[in-house]
Amino acid sequence: MMEYIAGHYNYWLIIIIMMAGFYTVISRGNLVKKIAGLNIFQVSVFLLYISISNVKDGAVPIIEEGVTLYSNPLPHVLILTAIVVGVATTALGLALVIRIKEAYGTIEEDDIHNQDQSL
Amino acid sequence: MIENHLSLLIVVLPLLAAPIVAVLPNGRMPWSISTLVSWAVFAMACIQLINVSTGSVISYELGGWAPPWGIEYRIDAANALVALIVSGIAAVTLPYALKSVEQEIPKHQHSLFYAAFMLCFTGLLGITLTGDIFNLFVFLEISSLSSYALISLGKQRQALTASYQYLIMGTIGATFFIIGVGLLYAMTGTLNMMDLSQRLPELYEHRTIHTAFAFIMVGFALKLALFPLHLWLPNAYTYAPTVVTVFLAATATKVAVYVMLRVIFSVFGFTFIEDTPTDELFMILCVVGILMMSFYAIYQQDAKRLLAYSSVAQIGYMMLGIGIGSALGITATLVHLFNHALMKGALFMAIGAIVYQIGSSRIEHMQGLGKHMPWTFAAIVIGGLSLIGVPGTAGFISKWYLVLAAIEKQHWLIVIVILAGSLLAVIYVWKLVEVLYFKPADESGQTVSNQLTSRKEAPLMLLIPTWILVVANVYFGFNTELTVGTAEQAVKLLLPSMN
Amino acid sequence: MKHNLILRVVSKFLIPLIFLFALYVQFHGDFGPGGGFQAGVIFSAAIILYALVFGVDSAKQVIPPSILLFLASLGVLIYAGTGVASLMMGGNYLEYGVLASTQLAGQHIGILLIELGVGITVMAVMLIMFFAFAERGRQQEDKKS
Repeated sequence: MMEYIAGHYNYWLIIIIMMAGFYTVISRGNLVKKIAGLNIFQVSVFLLYISISNVKDGAVPIIEEGVTLYSNPLPHVLILTAIVVGVATTALGLALVIRIKEAYGTIEEDDIHNQDQSL
Repeated sequence: MIENHLSLLIVVLPLLAAPIVAVLPNGRMPWSISTLVSWAVFAMACIQLINVSTGSVISYELGGWAPPWGIEYRIDAANALVALIVSGIAAVTLPYALKSVEQEIPKHQHSLFYAAFMLCFTGLLGITLTGDIFNLFVFLEISSLSSYALISLGKQRQALTASYQYLIMGTIGATFFIIGVGLLYAMTGTLNMMDLSQRLPELYEHRTIHTAFAFIMVGFALKLALFPLHLWLPNAYTYAPTVVTVFLAATATKVAVYVMLRVIFSVFGFTFIEDTPTDELFMILCVVGILMMSFYAIYQQDAKRLLAYSSVAQIGYMMLGIGIGSALGITATLVHLFNHALMKGALFMAIGAIVYQIGSSRIEHMQGLGKHMPWTFAAIVIGGLSLIGVPGTAGFISKWYLVLAAIEKQHWLIVIVILAGSLLAVIYVWKLVEVLYFKPADESGQTVSNQLTSRKEAPLMLLIPTWILVVANVYFGFNTELTVGTAEQAVKLLLPSMN
Repeated sequence: MKHNLILRVVSKFLIPLIFLFALYVQFHGDFGPGGGFQAGVIFSAAIILYALVFGVDSAKQVIPPSILLFLASLGVLIYAGTGVASLMMGGNYLEYGVLASTQLAGQHIGILLIELGVGITVMAVMLIMFFAFAERGRQQEDKKS
């Protein structure tokens, strides 16, 4: 049992980060905190991809003489794309938050909701 | 030479247009180029649909790398039909856009607006045509990010919060999707959909595969606004600029439904689904969704929001076909996907024409407008009839197939729900018709705060695209060769075991 | 931060090195770790450092924002254009092999062009984002004062 838990430590770590991020997105009313949570959530996925690309005893995937076993470089490339997407999402989200702050004067979800209701 | 590369040019042409449009000066140029590109893409999509209508499959190797190592674009009857509807809607929305965008969006943002529109168009076509599941994620994010930006351009400040809400929900959905893809890759070592479908059957019992499936399903259920994950949709459709609402309502959710079809039937295979409670779950959610969302639609005071809730209910019909899971059910899903794009496109365009004239989409501001805008009013009536599913309109065909599918599997409750949903649709369509035609016009003029109010027929530039879609609604109500014929070909490819 | 001598001297010393490193990462991308994404971000980091130390206005004189939109589009066009070029030369889209007389040379040219396009766009987009956010705050303050 202990071996099972210790042997999958990367997954435990990823699940903890993932849930921390996801919980932040759901539970916080502050729009900036939500985006921070979203980022943490996405980072856990990056870690998931990178950890599954590791091959036991595999070398860095750059061709070298005398090395036959390499780690899988493909997930790194995939996740590079996902990181760029994450940057774009964060930038767009924060830009929207700035516009919301200008339009409503607050970035708390409840206040925004109340303002829209009272119209 | 060109004909060999059509599959790819459909996606690349709008991608090339986007940066060019972005740097052009604001004026008519960005609009003209976007329109021409959308027409060219529509023509190419027609050619490809004819090429695959016999049941053949076109495969295009990106960069000359053979699949499963390289990215493959794979066109069969199913995605050719979806590509046709996406490009077709873009081709009629863009001519409509000229007037509407001039009124709703500040002049200095026009070229960026059309650039974002082209990017969204590229993304939706890419999702449709790619045969590589990670490439699908990339295009999904291209279309999503540009649609967040497009929605936030709405005039009212609620557009910002609607866009933010969609951004959070959409990103969670997309991230769930890549978690699922990552788990699939960890188990099979491949990202090509065809290759996945061959490697998955031996792993059906594996728990990781089930987890991956659940993540992908929830992720896309968020994207396609399946009840109860639809919360972002009504706000986004209500507050977005008219053109964006027309385009997204008619294409974005449809493409997500197509991805569901592709993932469930091509990648995982129906035998896998039968072992899981997925189909029952879909049926329950759709039945509740259709009834609840149709009720919600009846109580809306804003025409755009009314149609948005009706959209969520209609998505229920599409997913119901997948839930039933028979050849007839999937035919109904594909046909309804096509027909619903036509009717919602027509209805949102007609409402958009009213918004263009009176500057509001609140129902109480529209009293008596039917007499002043007869053509727009007629478009709403015919589009509404199609939404209800009256014989002679496109909506009837898809509901007919759905009812047939339900009867074939003896799901009597579903038959009743489909009919009840149509009755509820009668109520909310009647609500629009009543206000527009039978309520006396409120001539005091103080109902609409701004001075845009003009109780005249909408300009031809708005009416012609609307009527193209209205005529299509009637045409596809009588001639089902294209829709049902292609859908049946697609079903043969999606469900090889059923033949 | 205009009066902070140490920061000014150190960043004057660092910025050229960062540029150099960005170019190294850019053009070494086909042999070793690196490529357009990383190079673009490093390149823009140098300019952002300059903006932080010497002010946004001086940074805007280095790269005017009007050029940035052109650069961002140009990068995408180089990328997509390379694909179209390989179509014209008889290959599939983005099939680099046909770009030169031999397969190997073609691959080389292809990946360099693609990475160049990516690098330019990433650099420009990063700076557009930075300027957009930096400007927004100042506009608000101007309104208040």
